[in-house]
Amino acid sequence: AGVVKAEDYTLPSYVDRRDVPLPEVAFVRDLSAQQKALKEKEKASWSALTVEEKVELYRMKFNETYAEMNRGTNEWKTILGAVFFFLGFTGLILIWQKHFMYGPIPHTFSEEWLSAQTKRMLDMRVNPVQGISAQWDFENNEWKK
Amino acid sequence: MRGLLARRMKFHLLGAFLVSMGSATLYKFVVAEPRKRAYARFYKSYDPMKDFQAMKAAGVLECAPPK
Repeated sequence: AGVVKAEDYTLPSYVDRRDVPLPEVAFVRDLSAQQKALKEKEKASWSALTVEEKVELYRMKFNETYAEMNRGTNEWKTILGAVFFFLGFTGLILIWQKHFMYGPIPHTFSEEWLSAQTKRMLDMRVNPVQGISAQWDFENNEWKK
Repeated sequence: MRGLLARRMKFHLLGAFLVSMGSATLYKFVVAEPRKRAYARFYKSYDPMKDFQAMKAAGVLECAPPK
């Protein structure tokens, strides 16, 4: 009578979620004759139902059990694999950059400069308690064993 | 009703307490106490004048050259 048929997506839907323990509708929407008969039997005493009938009633109302719904997947393996793959790829990019793109490193990284720098730090007694000057034996002019 | 939140909260409150106290204790005994001992040991036998003479001789003090 001039009313548009309600689309499926506008109606309350069934959902398997931990935070929605009782969904708005049952899982099975259109019951077969056998299932309708079972629903009639459900209106009587429940102790008259067999175990199989109870399970059938459960499966009509719910899609997955909590155990099935919460089951773990193997997704973490895919994710970990992809993470390592892209880390490796990034490593390749860095190697390419070092070889083809970057210029020489500063002269202050040469062996002579570094040893002169370290000697100056020890002369100044940098970090004498727990740091570098604490690792140097000033009597014998060598690193402590 | 089934105390699900209460159980989870009890577990996590206890856990948070233990983790925080544990990490604080660990830090104290692995970092803080050895550091205090190291400083005490260093300063027990520290002679600043000798250190000053050594640094002066090495030539790192601009206002006190080795001469």
